Amino acid sequence: MPRKIAETAGSIALTILGLLLVTFVIGRVVPIDPVLAVIGENAAPGVYERTRIELGLDQPLYVQFGRFIVKAVTGDFGVSVLTARPVLDDLKRVFPATIELATLATLIGVLVGVPLGILAAVRHQSWIDHVARIVALIGHSVPVFWIGLMGLLIFYAQLGWVGGTGRQSVAFLDSVRERTGMILIDCLLDGDLDSFWDAWRHIVLPASVLGYFSLAYICRMTRSFMLEQLSKEYVTAARIKGLSEWHVVMRHAFRNIAVPLVTVIALSYGYLLEGAVLTETVFAWPGLGNYLTDSLLRSDMNGVLGGTILVGAIFIGLNLLSDLLYKLLDPRTR
Amino acid sequence: MSDTAATWREYLTTPTPASRRQAALQRAWLSWRRFRANPTAMVGLVIILIIIAIAAFAPLLATHSPFTQNLNNRLMPWSAEHWLGTDELGRDVYSRLVYGTRVALRVIALVTIITAPIGLIIGAVAGYAGGWVDAALMRVTDIFLAFPRLILALALTTALGPGIDNAILAIGLTGWPPLARLARAETLTIRSSDFIAAAKVVGASPARIVFGHVMPLCMPSLIVRVTLDMAGVILVAAGLGFLGLGAQPPQPEWGAMIAAGRKFIFDQWWIAAVPGLAICVLSLGFNLFGDGLRDALDPKASS
Repeated sequence: MPRKIAETAGSIALTILGLLLVTFVIGRVVPIDPVLAVIGENAAPGVYERTRIELGLDQPLYVQFGRFIVKAVTGDFGVSVLTARPVLDDLKRVFPATIELATLATLIGVLVGVPLGILAAVRHQSWIDHVARIVALIGHSVPVFWIGLMGLLIFYAQLGWVGGTGRQSVAFLDSVRERTGMILIDCLLDGDLDSFWDAWRHIVLPASVLGYFSLAYICRMTRSFMLEQLSKEYVTAARIKGLSEWHVVMRHAFRNIAVPLVTVIALSYGYLLEGAVLTETVFAWPGLGNYLTDSLLRSDMNGVLGGTILVGAIFIGLNLLSDLLYKLLDPRTR
Repeated sequence: MSDTAATWREYLTTPTPASRRQAALQRAWLSWRRFRANPTAMVGLVIILIIIAIAAFAPLLATHSPFTQNLNNRLMPWSAEHWLGTDELGRDVYSRLVYGTRVALRVIALVTIITAPIGLIIGAVAGYAGGWVDAALMRVTDIFLAFPRLILALALTTALGPGIDNAILAIGLTGWPPLARLARAETLTIRSSDFIAAAKVVGASPARIVFGHVMPLCMPSLIVRVTLDMAGVILVAAGLGFLGLGAQPPQPEWGAMIAAGRKFIFDQWWIAAVPGLAICVLSLGFNLFGDGLRDALDPKASS
């Protein structure tokens, strides 16, 4: 067991090192002069050389990479040119908004996707199976930002069912004290139900758009896991015993797909971070994705690299978590 | 005419193929028969063929130049003159849509030229060599898989500078790891078969075995995966275009067209809606086609 832990730890460390190396290389090939980005075009000639040494750019590349690692591990991603604040502070500020959105989206994906996938497998080749297939197919073929725009057009502009872009209406801005950074929770902690309702109306559309994509993935995986289990002999045996279909599916088959399903959900959470970049841009949602795109449109490499490292680290963490959950929940892998 | 058809059929179905080429053609014919029996796959194929035809005959199909601006005539709804209306610079949306097929297909083709060989070679070499070569190559693959694809492509395009060619490069460089994984898995099952042992016995070099025997057998599953991937490539490219990092104006790229229409989404909604539909249709085509190919080339993998 200790050997396994050491192996896992070693492989994670290597992956993170690789992640940092890739981001470091990206940061190096960028055609923007990092010195000019700090001092501006019109600085005196001596300032340029001094800043270059201050930034450590006169050192050999491997020294620079070593410093880069030390800084990244201690959370120092430099100062954002965009906000003139440390990138780490920016990331801390925007991250809760993305977590809130992605969590709600995953909830939607699980609560709709799992039952739909099970129904599609149980009623194989029926209309509900075809519905599930079409849902998954659309999820693989439609650009997430386009769905977001169309959603805004229909549900906000035409029907008025939901709030527009952003997290709150102008009238409610700063109405609640920021505690967790997750606006729905903050509203509840303050007991401000009006603000909660307003925030809910704003989050429901972006969360549904994102949730649709995780729903499509979760539904497809649930269906294929379930189909595999239902063709096994223990299911036939349970049916012959005279158990109700509900009992057969939920008590016997579902227990066996629960473990792989947990890993699928963990992975889909990671993919949401990707969808969040585009969704947050469409909905002006002040989260990590929006911060990333704002930074890269202004060629603010510190912000881009900090955000990229954070997303990559979360991705690695989720992969690890899904591995661990698998081992924890499935007695056969012990 | 019917005579030649009959001889062709006999050539393709006779149980005793006389040459290697005839055997290969017979296999292809069988796959095609399986593929043709699948209606949704045929829909996918027809969609792709139509879009290729549109791209080829774009100058004939377009009613206007995709670039000519007419500021007196901007943001018009559809009419007999402009079938899908005009955009914010008075350009004909329909004509831009038609020329957009060329941009989309070019992106797909170039990305595939980058990803497929890299993935195939890395995967086959890692799987066949085993040992530390395998460990090192798969570690590199895992590192690239540790980023969500769009995020890495975003960072790369920022570093390389915006533009369609850099976007293609970025999408290509981030797209090969899943293919390498697949090729490696296929190679692992192939390398222990008897015919590989036989090739070794007669003295074939490792390079000859990998390129001549392993890689051709990896092809069917790789082709399926690449085709299904093309749908994803379209979406990532459109996403980069939407963020302003892909195709630059005035190129008629669908993602960038949606971004331009975003400002007018509440009043002139069709400017953003129409290119989005085009993206959906093309990537739907590749998804259906890829699913059909999987069923035809690899019957055991389908449920």
